[in-house]
Amino acid sequence: MDIKSYQTIRRAIFTIIILVSLTPLLTLISVTAFGFHTAYRSKVMAYLDQLVEKHALNIDTFLFEKLANIRVLALSHSMEELANEELLNHLLANLQEGHNDVFVDLGFVNEQGVQIAYAGPFKLGRADYSDARWFKEALQNRVYISDVFMGLRGLPHFIVAVKKRVGDERYILRSTIDFGAFNRLVENTRMGKTGFAFIINRETELQTHSREDISAFIPMLEKRLWGQEPDKLPPRNNDEDSWTSFAVQRALAERPVYHFTGKNAVTNKAAIFVNTFLKDNEWALVYVQDKADAFASLYAARNLSLLVLLIGGIAIVIMASILSKRISDRIRTMDLEKQMMNEKVIEAGKLASVGELAAGIAHEINNPVAIMVEESGWIGDLLEEDEFKSTENLAEIRRALTQIQTQGSRCKAITHKLLSFARKTDPMERDVDINSLITEVVEMSRQQARYANVRINTNLSDNLSPVTVSPSEMQQVLLNLINNALDAMDKKEGGLLSISTRMEEGFVKVDVSDTGSGIPDANLKRIFDPFFTTKPVGKGTGLGLSIVHGIMEKMGGKITVNSAVGVGTTFHLYLPVTPPKAEDGKP
Amino acid sequence: MEDSARPENKIRVLLVDDEEGFVNVVKKRMNRRGMDVTTVTSGGEAVAVLRKNDFDCAVVDLKMEDMDGIEVLKIFKKMVPEMPVLILTGHGSEKAARQGLTHGAFDYLTKPCELPDLLEKIREAMAQTAR
Repeated sequence: MDIKSYQTIRRAIFTIIILVSLTPLLTLISVTAFGFHTAYRSKVMAYLDQLVEKHALNIDTFLFEKLANIRVLALSHSMEELANEELLNHLLANLQEGHNDVFVDLGFVNEQGVQIAYAGPFKLGRADYSDARWFKEALQNRVYISDVFMGLRGLPHFIVAVKKRVGDERYILRSTIDFGAFNRLVENTRMGKTGFAFIINRETELQTHSREDISAFIPMLEKRLWGQEPDKLPPRNNDEDSWTSFAVQRALAERPVYHFTGKNAVTNKAAIFVNTFLKDNEWALVYVQDKADAFASLYAARNLSLLVLLIGGIAIVIMASILSKRISDRIRTMDLEKQMMNEKVIEAGKLASVGELAAGIAHEINNPVAIMVEESGWIGDLLEEDEFKSTENLAEIRRALTQIQTQGSRCKAITHKLLSFARKTDPMERDVDINSLITEVVEMSRQQARYANVRINTNLSDNLSPVTVSPSEMQQVLLNLINNALDAMDKKEGGLLSISTRMEEGFVKVDVSDTGSGIPDANLKRIFDPFFTTKPVGKGTGLGLSIVHGIMEKMGGKITVNSAVGVGTTFHLYLPVTPPKAEDGKP
Repeated sequence: MEDSARPENKIRVLLVDDEEGFVNVVKKRMNRRGMDVTTVTSGGEAVAVLRKNDFDCAVVDLKMEDMDGIEVLKIFKKMVPEMPVLILTGHGSEKAARQGLTHGAFDYLTKPCELPDLLEKIREAMAQTAR
């Protein structure tokens, strides 16, 4: 496969890991976040509703309590008593004492709007209120609480007025209520950093003092509170006689709370608005808070989960990247190994088929060669006859026959070697004392060594583990190596052949060293290839070391070689030791 | 045995090999060396000849067209158990040759073999049987 295929695999693995890991993470976080968001939001909204409702109730209670106070005065005192400024002063003092100076003054006004009596800090005398709205409203209704307004005294205040009927005459008992005391009730409705409350009336005039400049809200609120949703608005009660009892009851009862979202004109951010109506639906209490502030904890939690998601996501991406790279690299390595293995198998297959071919040829050649040799032998036999004794060329014929015999033997040697290389026998393996095998082979080669003027030196270790090999194969290995060594030293006119054994790395190691001509580097890699030879034509088949290599591989050992040109060559044989048998000691 | 008790008599050898050129020349050379050699070139022929004649020794090639040498050996051993049988085998087929030993062959020789080796083996076999 080419690089692109591995990149495709890597991308596929990467994508799968990302999908499999991120999907549950995202789903989980989304579901949890949604649930948490909803729950938290409704909790916050419920709290704000409650807050607004409670404050509206407090304010209503405050207003009606003040109204009730004045009403008690109006009902429990006669017209004459109320017209008496001295008594009025006394009543005001009592009120102020009982209500923390909330009541600023008391005034008693006749039907024409002229103040008959006054008690309070201002020198109003017989002021004329006939055009004042509160006067008109109070005359019409039984009681009246005014909006906040700048009165005659140029100070913001509001008026609580109660109508008193004396026969056909109508009088109004009024009191100015301290704006500050009222304002505190509303201003105390503060939460977080941006939450604040205010009250506006139907004319969208601000009824409370506010630290914020809320003029920007007004157009929006006008639509929201009294414009757009009139059905939401509780009906205004204009029933003169029932006002007090029903209004008070309603004021104290649960009231509807509305919320909506919009822009906080103060902070210029998205905000939530919560409102309810009070003072018999004439006023609206509005609470404003930036969303970010109201849901600060929610947003903090959201940011935290986003952070977790981000970190988790990055971790997953990094992990997926590393993992996919590792897997694709591993696959690539395995493919390469497989490819190399395939090449080896093909190589082995080639060798095997070459071997089979060679074996077939060897078999086929054997018979004609045998016949040729026998026929020449037959000629030799016939030459014994007397009739040939006188033949001129007898000696020459005999020489030719000998040559045929010799070359026939050479053919035999070649075919035998070929067959050794190719045969698929399973020679009996048995526990072998490698030292005595070496001694045996050395003895066999002693004569040959003498001709080559080579001394043979053995250095055999006594404590070798047993090896399980085929003795004949092992013999062949050693003979081949010794023959090669002798050949190598023959060219240099003699030398020393050393054979040593010892244990090394769990193998029985046999070293066969010569002081021969050495093998050039260029040839070193090829010496185990079949049919590779440097010997003159006719002297070597190129199969010896190849056979040795094959035998060593087959027995699970290995053969390595060190060589220096002009110094000598050492072959290292590593023979696997016999594994301890489990059935040892059993019958 | 009866035959080996008369050493002046020629040793009768049955040579079985499907290579005609080989058996012919070997027959001539062995006859010259005082043996009475009958040659056949197939297993079936060999069995037929043995049924009609007596032999002191048989030399059988392992690889033949019609019949495996081992089969021939088995039949020979059934027909004339006391007759020694030598096996000729190609190099590398020693395993089959050793198998032949378990079926009663006297010994085996690898082809191409030298005539003196073959004669030596035959004499060994005769000496062994005579004992």
